[in-house]
Amino acid sequence: MKARIFVTLKGGVLDPQGRAIHHALDGLGFAGVNDVRAGKLIELDLADGTSDEDIDAMCRKLLANTVIENYRIEKVA
Amino acid sequence: MKSAVIVFPGSNCDRDLAVAFEAATGSKPAMVWHRDTQLPEDIDLIGVPGGFSYGDYLRSGAMAARSPIMQAVAQAADRGAFVLGICNGFQVLTESGLLPGALLRNARGHFVCRDVTLTVENAQSAFTSRYETGERISYPVAHHDGNYFADADTLDRLEGEGRVAFRYADGINGSARDIAGILNEGGNVLGLMPHPERVIEPAHGGTDGRRLFEGLVEGLLART
Repeated sequence: MKARIFVTLKGGVLDPQGRAIHHALDGLGFAGVNDVRAGKLIELDLADGTSDEDIDAMCRKLLANTVIENYRIEKVA
Repeated sequence: MKSAVIVFPGSNCDRDLAVAFEAATGSKPAMVWHRDTQLPEDIDLIGVPGGFSYGDYLRSGAMAARSPIMQAVAQAADRGAFVLGICNGFQVLTESGLLPGALLRNARGHFVCRDVTLTVENAQSAFTSRYETGERISYPVAHHDGNYFADADTLDRLEGEGRVAFRYADGINGSARDIAGILNEGGNVLGLMPHPERVIEPAHGGTDGRRLFEGLVEGLLART
């Protein structure tokens, strides 16, 4: 089984990368981009039967720093 | 007096920090590899050096914080050993939970590499005892992820408990409340982004960092 982990900065945490991307989009002439936030996608290839608790623990212990980041787990069949 | 410097793959200030420890303590520190699980017995002083451990993969300091030796560092800190984390070392200490908060990308997105003026906010700690509260000193910085972040309650607590050790005189990286270095609750763990070990001799262009190491040694001697 596979799982996708989306790691994003919490609201209110400054995202200089997102801001730089925003400026670059402006520079390319794309109007109407109100905001850009950049995050990470981590794909895990897991042994069948890996528990949700274990995946959650992986996120909390390493994949996301919950001081500054949120995470979302999406299981892919 | 026993000291050690932790070496991660990608550390690049480990030898500079060893020179500073040796100059202050009079003996060479043990260089301890990240895969080791033990520190020398009765260790007094541990340095977590600057650099780019694990190529800053995932987040700066994230991989290093989970390496085997950091358990031993946490246990030594619990026992009261002094732990000094500089630059990437500060990032490792926040990632491992020995210090609160996190270090984000610099607000303007740029790597900042220059001498900066710091204000010593609390000269009561072992790390800062050779300075005066309010004194202005100069250390170099060289970092991309030095933008200190913590929630408002944590920041208030740090300020209220005198745990902000150093502040930038001029904001350089967007750090909350211009925080450059913080102490743990027990006052025996310091993390800071600027590099005191790079200004310990006149040939370095400054000696303001020297007193940090001398203060630590004085603090250790006073314990025995």
